Amino acid sequence: MTNKMITADPKGVLTGSHYLDGDHACCEGALAAGCRFVAGYPITPSTEVVERFSARCPQVGGMFIQMEDEIASSIAIYGGVWAGAKAMTVTSGPGFSLMMEHIGLGVMLETPCVFVNVQRGGPSTGLPTLPGQADMMQARWGSHGDYEIIALSPNSPQEAFDLTIEAFNLSEQYRVPVMMMLDECVGHMTEKVIIPKAEEIKIYPRRFTKAKPGEYLPYKPGPDMVPDLVKVGDGHRFHITGLTHDERGYPVMNHICQDQLVRRLMDKINKNADKITHLEEDGTEGAECVVVSYGITSRIAARAIDMARAEGLKVGHIQCKVVWPFPAKRILELVPKVKSFVMPEMNMGQVVLELERIVKGQAQVSLVPHAGGMVHEPEVILQAIKQSLK
Amino acid sequence: MSTEEKKPTNPIEPLLRMERMPHIWCPGCGIGTTVNCFARALEDTKTDLDKTALVSGIGCTGRVAGYLKLDSFHTTHGRPIPFATGLKLANPKLNVVVYSGDGDLFAIGGNHFIHAARRNIDILVICVNNYTYGMTGGQLTPTTPYSAIASTAPYGNFEKTFNLPYLAESCGAAFVARWTSYHVRQTAKCMAEALGKKGFRFIEIISPCPTLYQRRNKLGDGLAFMKYLKENSVRKDDAQTKDVGLDFQGEITVGKFVDREMPTFLDDMNRRLSETMGDKYEKYEGIKTKI
Repeated sequence: MTNKMITADPKGVLTGSHYLDGDHACCEGALAAGCRFVAGYPITPSTEVVERFSARCPQVGGMFIQMEDEIASSIAIYGGVWAGAKAMTVTSGPGFSLMMEHIGLGVMLETPCVFVNVQRGGPSTGLPTLPGQADMMQARWGSHGDYEIIALSPNSPQEAFDLTIEAFNLSEQYRVPVMMMLDECVGHMTEKVIIPKAEEIKIYPRRFTKAKPGEYLPYKPGPDMVPDLVKVGDGHRFHITGLTHDERGYPVMNHICQDQLVRRLMDKINKNADKITHLEEDGTEGAECVVVSYGITSRIAARAIDMARAEGLKVGHIQCKVVWPFPAKRILELVPKVKSFVMPEMNMGQVVLELERIVKGQAQVSLVPHAGGMVHEPEVILQAIKQSLK
Repeated sequence: MSTEEKKPTNPIEPLLRMERMPHIWCPGCGIGTTVNCFARALEDTKTDLDKTALVSGIGCTGRVAGYLKLDSFHTTHGRPIPFATGLKLANPKLNVVVYSGDGDLFAIGGNHFIHAARRNIDILVICVNNYTYGMTGGQLTPTTPYSAIASTAPYGNFEKTFNLPYLAESCGAAFVARWTSYHVRQTAKCMAEALGKKGFRFIEIISPCPTLYQRRNKLGDGLAFMKYLKENSVRKDDAQTKDVGLDFQGEITVGKFVDREMPTFLDDMNRRLSETMGDKYEKYEGIKTKI
């Protein structure tokens, strides 16, 4: 059963018009969403998120701890969540790699929380101070085993604020760690950010069980496939484990339990994909070519589309604010109507693989790759649009 | 006289998840004995069980969280301490206990132990030290004594061995003790004492692994190792931790080595923030935001 939305706790909402970079806006989004527990480790270009949180948290009754590494940070937040807080951790490239095991644990324990990754160029130490979008597949598949994840990608400080709230809401609704995939460009660009009044911010409250102690089953799913939560100290004396487990949370080492659990963990995301999808569309009706983009690249794409339209081309734009799950339904609606899809990414071709899989050769799909370190030139995307319509 | 046959019961059954019995531990293993001590310590101290959380890592001792009827967490390999840190800091009213093995806490998890002790996070860490990775078949750990055979040290261990009480003290632990699974009364008493104290508390319990450590080292069965623990343990409460390192089948110094009062992480945080923020700071006593 889905919960009724409530309004934000005014204590964490810095209502007003601000001039913030994306990292700071992301921190304010988390505070507005009710996040009061952050564990992190410094890494460029994400450090400003935790720096701001460390300054803000004593003002709002929150807890910040700088842990000894990203591995510790990414599991300390689960302690925070199971003790009854909303929690997040923040990192970039190499730190994100260190967190992978715990993303899997978060999926397995169905722990609602947010992982922020301000992407930089990789692999390895790569380009610490320059942007990339090359962690998108890692966000989806990085931990071992089968699972589905939710990932959002903002294109501005305002979206960093808005989508961080959305990330927390989705994590609570589906009980899954949600990835906030910024990039160095959005993280460090400073723009106007409007923070609304607390009563205008909608929050999905944690779905605590109504079961009495002794009756609670930690992994008995509701009709939406999502189980209810508890917190430590409420007398339920529950047990949870990263091992394959039954509804009681007890380990069961056989293929039947594995099948039931893994299917549910995937279905609760996949079967709700249409509800989770969040797109911004522009001129897709009647378009011959649709540009599909996310994050900072969507702003470069918008410029390229303007240039194409000035030349008389019918070009539409889909910006995926939620990248995972990928908006398959909407793409499939467009497939018979368009000649081509163009996908610029600040990587050598990651999310485009999903687009190609869905389009199944029924329209042309053109990748506009970029190894990172700098955003695309709009002319390169324009060229790809023109080429795809030839 | 009633003809009804009385089934023998274990007095700590109410503290166990009996539906999960039998447990996975081998005959002669000492982990279950330490769990018995811990359950008795909880009872003796009348600890509020609804406010007590138990966190384990991975390995044979990592399974303890699954058998005790507490809010209990079986986490990832080496990471129970940072998980416990999160629990304690988000809700300082909880009693948080980490229960894990030597490989989990001191190899893969060593860095977390060091920093939790340095910060004086208010948790109790119980380490069952059986000198080996039992779950994976008896490999070398940081506590395997010099010359002992392990499946990954078939010619005998040549690495230097961690002295865990010395490590704990030098990192800043508030309470440091060592017992063995032979010393059940002393272990239970020590656990009870530690439950009543504040700060980062560490108890090492030397324990047999007949299946993988003793068999490979021709040290006999569980009982033979109990005899060894009985005959070679020497209680020295005032021992310097630097002197309590362990050798292969050598003397084992047991007792309470460190017991000192120090401000915890939260004490330090509250003091510092009050000093610098003045009246604007409201003392942190856990996250109260309604979610």
